[in-house]
Parts: sequence; C-alpha cells; structure tokens
Amino acid sequence: MRAEPVAGGSAPPGRAAPGSAMRDRLETGLAAPICLTWELTYGCNLACIHCLSSSGRRDPAELSTAEAMGVIDELHAMQVFYVNIGGGEPMLRPDFFDIVSYSVDQKVGVKFSTNGTRLDAEKARRLAAMDYVDVQISIDGADAATNDAVRGEGTYAAALRAMEHLASAGFGSFKISVVITRHNVEQLDAFEALAARFGAQLRLTRLRPSGRGADTWGQLHLFAEQQRRLYGWLVERPGVLTGDSFFHLSALGDSLEGLNLCGAGRVVCLIDPVGDVYACPFVIAEEFRAGNVREAGGFSSVWRSSPLFEGLRAPASPGACASCGSYDACRGGCMAAKFFTGLPLEGPDPECVFGHGEAALERTPVRLVPHPGPGHSRRRVAERPRPVAVRAAGPR
Amino acid sequence: MVLERPPAFDAGRAWQVHPQVGLREEDFGALAYSYAGRRLTLIGSALLVEVVRGLARYDSADLALAELVPDAERARVERALSRLAASGVISAR
Repeated sequence: MRAEPVAGGSAPPGRAAPGSAMRDRLETGLAAPICLTWELTYGCNLACIHCLSSSGRRDPAELSTAEAMGVIDELHAMQVFYVNIGGGEPMLRPDFFDIVSYSVDQKVGVKFSTNGTRLDAEKARRLAAMDYVDVQISIDGADAATNDAVRGEGTYAAALRAMEHLASAGFGSFKISVVITRHNVEQLDAFEALAARFGAQLRLTRLRPSGRGADTWGQLHLFAEQQRRLYGWLVERPGVLTGDSFFHLSALGDSLEGLNLCGAGRVVCLIDPVGDVYACPFVIAEEFRAGNVREAGGFSSVWRSSPLFEGLRAPASPGACASCGSYDACRGGCMAAKFFTGLPLEGPDPECVFGHGEAALERTPVRLVPHPGPGHSRRRVAERPRPVAVRAAGPR
Repeated sequence: MVLERPPAFDAGRAWQVHPQVGLREEDFGALAYSYAGRRLTLIGSALLVEVVRGLARYDSADLALAELVPDAERARVERALSRLAASGVISAR
C-alpha cells in the first residue's frame, strides 16, 4: 500500500518519521479494512508447492453468488476501498465476472490474482473494458524451469500467454506477482525486465510457511545474505510493489515503501471461500478465525467486535525483541511466519535479519508446530494430521 | 496508468474532493483512497476533513478556509490542502 499522512490542523508529529506517525494510528484498528483479501474458491487447477491456502478442491460450502453479492453490499456500506480477490483460482468460478462487475459497480475496487490459465483473449478484452479492476498474474520464476518447479509444468508458458492477451487487449498496466524464494531471488533483474516488456508493474511478496508452504518453506525461504540483497534491491526501487510484506527487512536500514506494519485484523483481513474471516491471508488456522460472514451481523460485526481482532488492535508486547534496538523498525515481523514455525508470537520473526529468529529455532529444535494440514489440497498432494509435534528442521 | 500531474494549489480557485477519491471517516480524521493513483492518504484531523468535504460548497478554497478554519490554524490547514492537491486527493473544479 502506497500511503502518506497529511496531518494539517493538528500538532505536527514531532521528530517521528511521517510513516511511523501514520502507523501508530493504524495499529489501533480502523472502522473498516483499507482492503481485504477475499479468496473466492478453494478450487484450483494448479497445485503450487507453496500455496498459502492449500487450494485444490472446491469446498461444497463455498459462498453462493447471492451470498457473495451480499458480502459486496456490506463492503460497500463499510466503504472498503478495494478487495484483493484470489483463491484457489478465482477465474474458475462460473460467476467470476458477475462478482467482479457487481463489486466495481458498487465502487469497491477489485484487484485479483490469477495463474492466468483461464485468461484468454476474450476475457482480457472484457477486463480491459472495466474500470477499477487490477489484474495480477502470478509467476514464481523468470524462466519456465524455475517457475514450473514451484507452480507445475507448463504454468510459465500459460502465464506469459495471459500477459500477451492483456497487452493485446490494451488492458494497460497489469501486475506481475512473484513470491520470492531462494531460487528466484537471483532473477530480480529479469523479473523487472519482463515487467518492463509488458508495461506491467512488478510485485514481489514474501514466502510464508502457510498452507502447503509449511512443508516447503524450509527448502524455499531466503538465506540471510539473499534477504540483505533483496532489501538493497527494493530500497533502490520504490516503484516495485511489495504488498507491505517485507517490513521485517526494514530493520536493515531505512524503511521500505509502504505502511510497514502487520496489518492483520487492523487494516486488512481475509474472507475465505466458505465465508470464514481470518486475521490475514497467511493464517488460515482456527486460532486466527474471527467469525463468519454468514453469522448474524455479517462481516461488519466480525470486523468491529470479534475478540480476536480487538486483541490484535491492542498494544503488542515486543517479548524477546524488547532489548533489540530495531524493534520499532520491524515490529517483530510476521505473525504468520512465527505461528507456523512454532515460534512465540511475541518475539523474533524466523527470518529476523539479525538472526534472532534462527537462533530461537535452533534453541528449540523440538517444537509443537501447528501444521496447517492438507486443507483443500487434492489428496495426492498432502495428507498430514494436525497439530504435529515434530523435530523441526532449522530455518535452512 | 499515466497520471496527469496535478496543478499547484491555488487557494483562489474552487476545489473539491477528486471524483476518483474515496473518503472515509476514521477516529483520527479520515482515510482517502485514490482509485486513479491507487494511493492511500491519511487525513490526520477532523478539522481538515471538514474543510476537504466543504470545499465543494465554496467558490474558492480561500472562502472555505475563512469560514471553516480559526485564524490560528489557517496557515497549517492551507499547507495541508496544498499537499492533498499534490497527491490528487482534491482537485480544482
């Protein structure tokens, strides 16, 4: 989120950086989310090995078209600025365009993420004709070999075809969205060149040990040295979008562009395909389920008064990070990354740039790791009970 | 998306909330989201929000400031309007 504060009329924020004054106000929560992620379906034709929502099979209890439109009515009434629609693969829903059009007509902007496999020339033209719609095409490598190792055979070619369709349809600037791993982090310049080729915007986000990522994080997440290089690369490129996901790297120096805070339950949340509301897209776990949009009071009541969200808006304790001079920069990092590696939520991120998280993982080699389970993965992909007491591998 | 560079703020002209901006009241003031620039701006005081919303009712920003803002606050609010104009939250009409 690109953001700036304009204080006018009240006392200036003193010596604090403008960004931190804004952050302090946002951390106590808002009347409504700035934006939220809404996964429309758990159905997916791919089986990416890091899928944050363990998608694959549709859930029979997914929201109907009418229910989805009811959710949009609520978002409109709450003046939510836009929704990030994802899945699963949202374009697999037969009512995908009905939902998107309805949302846009209500002035709830739509950004949606797709693997591009269903984005043909005709659909690209339909999208190009709509206002307030952004498209993000996901790839996880700048070449087929790197990408397909994560997303599956043929997926790089399919994503590139979707990009060609959008370009031919005159869609304008779409986004190319990449989850950064230790295998593609050396391709940053190539991603930038690919985006430039299409007049697209590059968006890089952080890999979390969520969903199927719980099983692959150990092999995919960045080495410390790679994190430092990524930070340097991002600092030089404020135009690259990050979904605010690398704020833990801000402990390395100047803050990265964005709000630089964990927005879970404060400025963002997730509505999953069956209407469950979670604190963020990376914590699909009962511990972080705030309610369901089908309950009396609907989404707005969950947002405003769920005890979970009220707790997240209360001042957080830095825990083991209290003695670190950089806590104000990184705020202890990502809640989901800690939760799914079995680290205490008050304490360092497993990818803490000073290695405190890694040290914490090594100190407690046997942890009760709350495994997300197979979720909606197709059965051949994963089948594990939860939670599991594991002798967890370290961060590498 | 190519954005037009917003003109410099001239308090003698008439202004309004940019037609492509959503403005939502919050405890601290308001959030403004530009659908054109995909950018969020935090408006950090209720007084400034009142002025921003009021601009459309006056023939110039000067008139809005004179009526809505105490003299002691005026310079600060005018500077804030200038920043909101630069970030596309308000536009000349």
